[in-house]
Amino acid sequence: MRPHQIRRLLGNIGFGFSVFALVSPAILVFLWMLSLSFKNELDNTAFPPVFIPTNPTWANFIDVFEKNDFVTLFWEDFDAFGRTWFTYPAIGGYLYNSIVVSFSATGLALLVGVPAGFGVAKSKAHKVAALIMIARVTPGLSYLVPLFLLFQWLGMIGSLLPLVITHLVITVPIVVWVMIGFFEGLPNELEEAALVDGATIWQAFRYIALPLARPGIVVALILAFIFSWNNFIFGVVLAGRETRTLPVAVYNVLTFEQVSWGPLAAAALLVTLPVLLLTLLMQKEIVAGLTAGGVKGG
Amino acid sequence: MGLRGRNYARQYWPFLVPAGVIVFAVIVFPWIFTLYMSVQEWHVGGKITFNGLANYQRLLTDERFLWSVVRTLYFTALAVFFPMLLGIAAAVCFHRKFPLRGLARTLFILPMMATPVAVALVWTMMFHPQLGVLNYLLSVVGLPMSAWVYAPNTVIPTLVMVETWQWTPLVMLIVLGGLASLPVDPYEAARIDGASGWDAFIHITLPLVWPHIMVALVIRTIDALKSLDIIFVISGGGPGTASETMNYLLYLEAFSFYDMGYASAIVVIFFVIILLISLLLFGARRQAY
Repeated sequence: MRPHQIRRLLGNIGFGFSVFALVSPAILVFLWMLSLSFKNELDNTAFPPVFIPTNPTWANFIDVFEKNDFVTLFWEDFDAFGRTWFTYPAIGGYLYNSIVVSFSATGLALLVGVPAGFGVAKSKAHKVAALIMIARVTPGLSYLVPLFLLFQWLGMIGSLLPLVITHLVITVPIVVWVMIGFFEGLPNELEEAALVDGATIWQAFRYIALPLARPGIVVALILAFIFSWNNFIFGVVLAGRETRTLPVAVYNVLTFEQVSWGPLAAAALLVTLPVLLLTLLMQKEIVAGLTAGGVKGG
Repeated sequence: MGLRGRNYARQYWPFLVPAGVIVFAVIVFPWIFTLYMSVQEWHVGGKITFNGLANYQRLLTDERFLWSVVRTLYFTALAVFFPMLLGIAAAVCFHRKFPLRGLARTLFILPMMATPVAVALVWTMMFHPQLGVLNYLLSVVGLPMSAWVYAPNTVIPTLVMVETWQWTPLVMLIVLGGLASLPVDPYEAARIDGASGWDAFIHITLPLVWPHIMVALVIRTIDALKSLDIIFVISGGGPGTASETMNYLLYLEAFSFYDMGYASAIVVIFFVIILLISLLLFGARRQAY
């Protein structure tokens, strides 16, 4: 081989190694999570650690759904006379809580945030955008102190409503921010033609801008949903025993129960699995949204 | 002016009303209420009494708070430096075409998308002093075992490691966005002039993506200052108070000690610190290049 070919080969090997060194920590933690959740208790407490399960087992996942403490915490609805009406297995309850909170917070944010993004982009109201950016930089906890007192005063603690409301702190800025960028990128000509032809602004929005903005709405929806689903601290403060979202429920297992690693890893995997799958399937949209806005919740 | 005139622009305000109401209720109202509470003496369940600037005075003499500020700055300095360094390096790598690049990039951003509590739990198990996989790996390569989050002097660097793992991808994405928008011409001119790849990187790439690097720096700094989830789950501020940052102390004052007035004063100071650092960095952005 000629010297320049050797140099190029060495360069490529070095480059391949750098990529490997950068990407492998990201994957290895998830692989370890997978490994822990499929190993039996013996393998999980072995030292030196067992990397590949000797007898891969679903037992940890079955535990999460059936036997483990994480799930035998049943929650009950009592009526005024103390009679039990419903008994839910907790995982179902926590999953239900997470779904209700994240879907409602994302749905509401889209409902108000998409028109707002349109309004800001068209009227160039950048001060409004700056206000929303401040919401992005302040810690989530700073909203919780006053809102917690307000919810307590209104007697709302213990229902899912306070969680939905506080998750709007995360979802609304994400949606507005992504949509401003998206509507600013759309060509104006179609709308202006419609307006000249006598359409109202609402019609121009509803029948022209909105259909064109569908990809942007998908980006906003995915990001808002993921960061709402992942949120932890709002749930820690506002959720009662029955209204915990999944991240809070998993955390509580760690603190209050004597736990074994297998079921805990399995529960952690189940909590984050929807988000991981969404990221793998929608990576183009997610990368586009994050690059544009640098958004992050909480 | 025509259609894009000023009066015309005003007709878009109805679109802002619903979001405006929500932003006021969950964002602006809490700010005002926090300012009000920060000058009150108020434990949950107790009486509310005006106490002027006493909460702020207490902050200045509260050693626990002052140490939390020091720790936060220490944590932030490290948790900005490493993700920036690795994030820029990763962006340069991902800017180049190679087989399976799309898949590699997607895998690389998984840490920042995954549920923080879930990955923090896995890290906690990895840090276990006797059975943890990390100490095993250290022993394999002949290094002494570490106490990780179980010793006061290693807890913050360990948490920084998790934070770096989690948030390097965001730096990478922002810088990668900058690299993607670079013009080709300067590079061709440099190659004709015989500049090496490294020269081109230092003299062309870096100045051109500098604005993006500054944006990433501001965002990373703010996120590091307010980092909470992983500290909460992995170390819980411990051992002792060794990893108690401002944000964690704020949580304790508000929701463990229920000292709402004092907690509100911490929020105000926290906000001022975040604002100052952001302005400083934005100022630096204008100065450089």
